[in-house]
Amino acid sequence: MAIFKSGVIFEGVDTQDENAWRLAAYEARGGYVALRKILAAQMPQDEVIAEVKNSGLRGRGGAGFPTGLKWSFMPRSFPGDKYVVCNTDEGEPGTFKDRDILRYNPHALIEGMIIAGYAMGTRAGYNYIHGEIFEAYEQFEAALDEARAAGLLGQNILGTGFNFELYAAHGYGAYICGEETALLESLEGKKGQPRFKPPFPASYGLYGKPTTINNTESFASVPFIIKDGAQKFLEAGKPNNGGTKLFSVSGHVNRPGNYEVPLGTPFTELLEMAGGMRDGKKLKAVIPGGSSAPVLPAEIMLGVTMDYDSISKAGSMLGSGAVIVMNEDVCMVRALERLAYFYHEESCGQCTPCREGTGWLYRIIHRILNGEGRPGDLELLDSVGNNMAGRTICALADAAVFPVRSFTKHFRHEFEYLIEHGKPLVDHKWC
Amino acid sequence: MLEIEIDGKKLTAPQGSTVMEAAHSIGTYIPHFCYHKKLSIAANCRMCLVEVEKAPKPLPACATPVTDGMKIHTHSDLAKKAQAGVMEFLLINHPLDCPICDQGGECQLQDIAVGYGNGASRYQEEKRAVPGKDMGPLVSAEEMSRCIHCTRCVRFTEEIGGFQEIGMAHRGEFSEILPFLGKTVNSEISGNVIDLCPVGALTSKPYRYSTRAWELSRRKSVSPHDGLGANLIVQVKHNEVMRVLPLENEEINECWLADRDRFSYQGLNSDARLKTPKIKFDGRWHDTDWETALAYVVKGLNGVSADHGKDAIGFLTSPHSTTEELYLAQKLARAFGINNIDYRSARSDFRADAAKQGAEWLGSSIVELAAAKSVLVIGSSLRSEQPLLASRIRQASKKGMALNIIHVADDELLMNVHAKLIASPLALVNAVAQVLKAVVAIKGGDSTLDLAQVDVSAQAQAIADSLCAGETARIVLGAVAQHHPAYSELLALTQEIARISGAGFGVLSEAANSVGAELVGAWAQGGMSAGEMIASPRKAYVLLNTEPEFDGYNSAASVAAMKQAATVIALTAYQSEGLLDYADVLLPIAPFSETAGSFINMEGRLQAFNGVTKPQGEARPAWKVLRVLGNMLSLDGFGFNSAEEVRSELLAKGDIAQRLNNSLSSIAANTAAKAGVVRVGEVPVYSTDAICRHAPALQATALAAAPVARIAADVFAAAGLAEGELALVKQGGATLRVPAHLDASLPAGVVRLAVARAETAMLGGMFDTIEIERG
Repeated sequence: MAIFKSGVIFEGVDTQDENAWRLAAYEARGGYVALRKILAAQMPQDEVIAEVKNSGLRGRGGAGFPTGLKWSFMPRSFPGDKYVVCNTDEGEPGTFKDRDILRYNPHALIEGMIIAGYAMGTRAGYNYIHGEIFEAYEQFEAALDEARAAGLLGQNILGTGFNFELYAAHGYGAYICGEETALLESLEGKKGQPRFKPPFPASYGLYGKPTTINNTESFASVPFIIKDGAQKFLEAGKPNNGGTKLFSVSGHVNRPGNYEVPLGTPFTELLEMAGGMRDGKKLKAVIPGGSSAPVLPAEIMLGVTMDYDSISKAGSMLGSGAVIVMNEDVCMVRALERLAYFYHEESCGQCTPCREGTGWLYRIIHRILNGEGRPGDLELLDSVGNNMAGRTICALADAAVFPVRSFTKHFRHEFEYLIEHGKPLVDHKWC
Repeated sequence: MLEIEIDGKKLTAPQGSTVMEAAHSIGTYIPHFCYHKKLSIAANCRMCLVEVEKAPKPLPACATPVTDGMKIHTHSDLAKKAQAGVMEFLLINHPLDCPICDQGGECQLQDIAVGYGNGASRYQEEKRAVPGKDMGPLVSAEEMSRCIHCTRCVRFTEEIGGFQEIGMAHRGEFSEILPFLGKTVNSEISGNVIDLCPVGALTSKPYRYSTRAWELSRRKSVSPHDGLGANLIVQVKHNEVMRVLPLENEEINECWLADRDRFSYQGLNSDARLKTPKIKFDGRWHDTDWETALAYVVKGLNGVSADHGKDAIGFLTSPHSTTEELYLAQKLARAFGINNIDYRSARSDFRADAAKQGAEWLGSSIVELAAAKSVLVIGSSLRSEQPLLASRIRQASKKGMALNIIHVADDELLMNVHAKLIASPLALVNAVAQVLKAVVAIKGGDSTLDLAQVDVSAQAQAIADSLCAGETARIVLGAVAQHHPAYSELLALTQEIARISGAGFGVLSEAANSVGAELVGAWAQGGMSAGEMIASPRKAYVLLNTEPEFDGYNSAASVAAMKQAATVIALTAYQSEGLLDYADVLLPIAPFSETAGSFINMEGRLQAFNGVTKPQGEARPAWKVLRVLGNMLSLDGFGFNSAEEVRSELLAKGDIAQRLNNSLSSIAANTAAKAGVVRVGEVPVYSTDAICRHAPALQATALAAAPVARIAADVFAAAGLAEGELALVKQGGATLRVPAHLDASLPAGVVRLAVARAETAMLGGMFDTIEIERG
């Protein structure tokens, strides 16, 4: 279902070609030109970072933090080890873009990480890969072998004296390990639980050393930025929303898949690319940025463009770019119950409000769905959510609360109807 | 210093301190569960959320560093709402079964719920149930549904205990605190998790459901076991000790207790307690009254004295007795004309006695030892000999202390060790001499000891380098060294290392009152040592609070000496099998909990205490018994009316600190290593004294399991043994069949087999030669 349009990461990638991921194919597409350029010119580290800053690249994992700025936090003069870490722990429901980067274009990520390592003066990096994707993990290991064999990775890269090692680490499939400090704990061989911040990873990261963690798509965008210039990347999107973005479109569309489009593309266009609504049904709602992003009703969604600012203005988040499309046959109580169950299952259990609150939220919604709702349940959901959001070490509690707030805000009548009548307003149709 | 404001109060706080610490410094209480001053910060319970001006959301006080100008509100609407919200979450899955919960009445969750929670819960869904866990005979984890996942227990075992024996498995609401599957919690300081647990999830297995916290009176006391002198709160109901808790003393036990400090109280209530005087005649034991029994003792002593002379009588005492008891025992013996008195039954080398210049002690305070940059521990199974001191050293080693070890086994210390030299008891003197030789080479100067035959190993060099590099270095000798047949040589070499390197040195006093016993003169000054009294058996023995088959260096020889004596008079709290066999009179004395007295700990600190209960049955404080005996023997100076009067008299003999001195006036050592197969016979952690030996929960732990022979690879192979099969052990003419286990942590030629156990009591000396073959 991987369907790519024009873009930065997948420009020229023929997904039908089973060798598209290989080093030779990548180099034929202009791969490793950026790395060679940097190493040949001995480009100053600051210039590399400035280039990434100027590109307007924002973190593609969900939070949208400017990547170049993050790189500049890394203490340049720190004596001893520093690390770059890639977060391929793609666990957000609705998101399936990073695994396709590993599957079809892993060298873009490898090159991006080597450049990052160069820019931040680190000698080692790790890519932490979600535990439930096996094929992509193995293929990434194969790509690493290719890069090492070609002298692009390891000691004395391309004979320039620059050393950088990159290792793949396979996780165990916990959603929480996508949170960067939980990822670090897991990478260290410990139970994946977020750390209290501060200190932030830039000062106390992997094994207590300065560490920069970026999303797969962010790193994979870097070779383009260096090769073709920050300006070109920026222009591919719109101001403050530089570049293209991979959107994982799922749900009731004719052609679900990954679409790499310029930031700022109207949602209607993206929907069209995905083949429009399946069976000609009416669009009801969209979660535009992965399950943790607030849901938006069709009438709002049809007016937004797909970029950080526009979606934020509309009351949701671009997040990881997972666009979950729901048609008129979706019972929103049922949809929310599924999401609530996910967070109930995936809370790490460390902080009281999240450990106890996610289960409470799920049980209330589950009860409502089963016709056992009580008057006051919606107010209770709201209050429990308020006691969770912003009260924990990481943002998982907030992520669990956002869907609850948005579903009960935009589709309150469906919840009220179920509580009052004991049966759903919308007869949910599985498809 | 940073200027901050908490609830409108201005204060200064040091850079790097947290809001919680700043609040505590001005007496402002912020509710918390996971925070504990001795543990790392987890910030997971979220109970300590406070409002910080300019912060977008409430912040956890425990983990938020103070910044200059910070304004904190612990009771604002936002803070109170956040705290009440967390409290509600904590209670939704907590079984509200306080009336039947062992923690009820002393529960942080209860207290904080009342102070910071709402009156009622809005939670009407099903509650979580969590299966109980088996953590062993000391810590009960039966009601894990009560757990609030603060992870204090997890952090304690990892950070203080040194090994994460408890963990939080699973995720989210399904998280469970549990030990390793199929394993119990075996730390020697595990009981502290009971104190740390803020709810009724982890409770004391021996104590639970016996009383309510509010029914107990709290009385201060001092632990009678190791030389640390841990401060206790002994809790009493109806004249019975119900449980023991730590009394915080930062300089000694901090806020912790070792398990034997905490759980040995069961021994105080043992059925084996002797509650009435007993006399043996016609081959049978007869209960009697004190008058008859004491008259019998006086007659016995006078009889032996008349028939065989005073030198035919020996007094064996215990370093677990109080200073007052030991003082009176030696005063009585000497006044009667007997100089054969010693508390050092477990020792075998008394050659340095003539060169002693004061009482052996740690050589510094406990705090100073932990602050040393380099420490060398010689001959100590640290974790079993000194559980809490080991934990303190563990913390120090994390903060940069270089810990060096010379020992007879490569024990797992669960801490960073800088360098270690593992040698058979036959090569232990040589091992210490290696360090001396290396120190001489580094520092220059000369040792009076002959080191020509000594080859310095790399480990010895590393130890010497460490001692000479540290700004402050200390060397301490443990119980294995003290019991060792060449103790005087080990001490002499240590003294030389210390002199040349500039390090301080001392001993890890093995018992609660080793220092006190020596200070009051309850050792062979002018008479026979404990070793001589056994080697040249006496006609009569007076035993004070000691069981020679367990407390002696050579249990077989000790028992033989007792059996051949015409009379054995035992002042004891227990009617143990051995005493019933060889003694003739049993005088019931009170253990530490039933008498006033004092112990002088390893750092020379006298800690006085009062009895926490009345003596059981007809038992009487030993000082009173000795006082009356003194009167009945018509000796002068036995008119004491209280333990305090005894103490005044003994303290009037000089300032304690002035009389502590580890240095010998003359030294000698034979530094050649010898070959052979030798026993390493140590006192197990819960066999140190009669109270521990009678505490059932301690005896049920893995640490008190039946002894096995742990055998070095060369001995194991030479005997053709297979793992777990029975080996035939021969020592001093006795034999024993015992399971054999290959132990890679032992140096060549060593068989490690515990002493102070009934199973091995027929065998000989702790560090004597031993034979082993297939059994």
